[in-house]
Amino acid sequence: MRYTQEFTKVLTCRELSAGIYEYTVAAPQISRLARAGQFVQILVEGKQLRRPISLAGFDAAAGTLTFIFEIRGEGTRRMAEAQVGDTLDLIGPLGNGFPLPEAEHVVLIGGGIGTPPMLPLAQYYGGKATVISGFRSASSVILQEEFAAAGVTVTLCTDDGSAGFNGFTTQALEAHLASHPCDLICTCGPTPMMRGVAAVAAKHGISCFVSLEERMGCGFGACVGCAVDIKQANGTVSRLKVCTDGPVFAGEEVCW
Amino acid sequence: MADMRVNLCGVELKNPVITASGTFGYGHEFQDFYPVGRLGGISCKGTTLLERPGNPSPRIAETPSGMLNSVGLQNPGVETFVSELLPWMREQDVTVIANIAGSSVEDYVAMAERLNEEDVQIIEMNISCPNVREGGVSFGTSAASVENITKAVKSRLTNKPLMVKLTPNVTNIGDMAAAAEAAGADAVSLINTLTGMRIDIRTRRPVLRNNTGGLSGPAVFPVAVRMVRDVYKRVNIPIVGLGGISTWQDAAEMMIAGATAIQIGTANFRDPYAAIKVIDGLERFADSIGLSSVTELTGTLEEW
Repeated sequence: MRYTQEFTKVLTCRELSAGIYEYTVAAPQISRLARAGQFVQILVEGKQLRRPISLAGFDAAAGTLTFIFEIRGEGTRRMAEAQVGDTLDLIGPLGNGFPLPEAEHVVLIGGGIGTPPMLPLAQYYGGKATVISGFRSASSVILQEEFAAAGVTVTLCTDDGSAGFNGFTTQALEAHLASHPCDLICTCGPTPMMRGVAAVAAKHGISCFVSLEERMGCGFGACVGCAVDIKQANGTVSRLKVCTDGPVFAGEEVCW
Repeated sequence: MADMRVNLCGVELKNPVITASGTFGYGHEFQDFYPVGRLGGISCKGTTLLERPGNPSPRIAETPSGMLNSVGLQNPGVETFVSELLPWMREQDVTVIANIAGSSVEDYVAMAERLNEEDVQIIEMNISCPNVREGGVSFGTSAASVENITKAVKSRLTNKPLMVKLTPNVTNIGDMAAAAEAAGADAVSLINTLTGMRIDIRTRRPVLRNNTGGLSGPAVFPVAVRMVRDVYKRVNIPIVGLGGISTWQDAAEMMIAGATAIQIGTANFRDPYAAIKVIDGLERFADSIGLSSVTELTGTLEEW
């Protein structure tokens, strides 16, 4: 089985920062199948389409999943009304996760609500990883303690300088690469940020994986709604599906 | 127990529930949820002679009780369909309806010739896609062009029934159905999506990169029921009703309006088991009202 529908009970929920919510649910089936970089499709009462949300954590032994989302509109606002004990209807795990190649010096770059999928990678690579974590301002910072608990070094950046380094994650990445070795970069966040990260990685000849976001109908390849243009090895461009061909692609393959 | 089998222009379906083109891929995407052989049929993603990339993203916009899509017939082309996708479908013991599309009458004719000897049971001719620049819906918006393309395709499709998929974006869908019937169509399916648009008020740009898209989902269901009824009064060939069907009650309603079989589309995204629930619900309903066959529902509407 690749993915399944599971009716999951909310175990914990909390607001991590203004408008950003973390849910942990009991999902024995999906948690057993999940890998870093995959996502779930969450049913929203009164909405036609499910909402694709990437996994911030999964624990097969405990049978739990954790996901974090930001209120962006009516659908995510309704999702955030779920309380402990409520049932959430999920389909997952969906998509291909990060490939997790052998690497000694890994940089994980999360921007805003793209930060949560970096957490399972930080836990996987542990002390081999450095996290560059960017937010708009101090009030939107999340997951710093969780990264610290994973044993990774964290560089915090804010666009307005209200916490950590005053600037973009791409600048912090350049600064890091000037004095540290690196053989793998993984990133998730706003498209301009990922495009910039992919360009820096290409310049330094470092392998780079990006996790893309697109509006989705089904999430498992049936509707072909979430298309993205990806360069092929033979020089042609293919229009692939973010849901089943991605959401993780090599940075240099993406037609930004 | 009511007999759930229906005869759709000479093809026996296990039950009247077909999954709609463009919402069910080529079936394997749903195999993790249930054996797709339980379905009455699968209408494949709209397929063209050559691979098509479709339209750029965003291609999806949610709407009240529905959605817009502007996929634009992205598909791997008929050769890949026949060699790589169809064999798996054949193993599932399910009726395969090949949905064909093109940019010219010659494209449709070539598709019909290509599939005439292949192991698909019905050809669904999509002359109603609103999301492609050439062809698509333009063949379906005048009775003369419906008749012309139906005749041309029917003359080459000697081995299988032809079902013409109609667009609701016309002044009188009954005229289009009558034209298809006159030209030899064995069935009609309706409705494809209604052309719509959503606008991002901050950027003042359409949400969809294609500007417009096709509206589907529960929002269009009453329109679809009315159109199936209009068509039922005009033609004697069987009608496959679709457009916003989400529940077995919707399916029963559509059959009472005049449909021999129905298709489940957008509902597959919200609930991947939607089609199975419709099959089970229809069967319970048929039993509960003492039908010996589910076909006894078709066209039984008594209008005021």
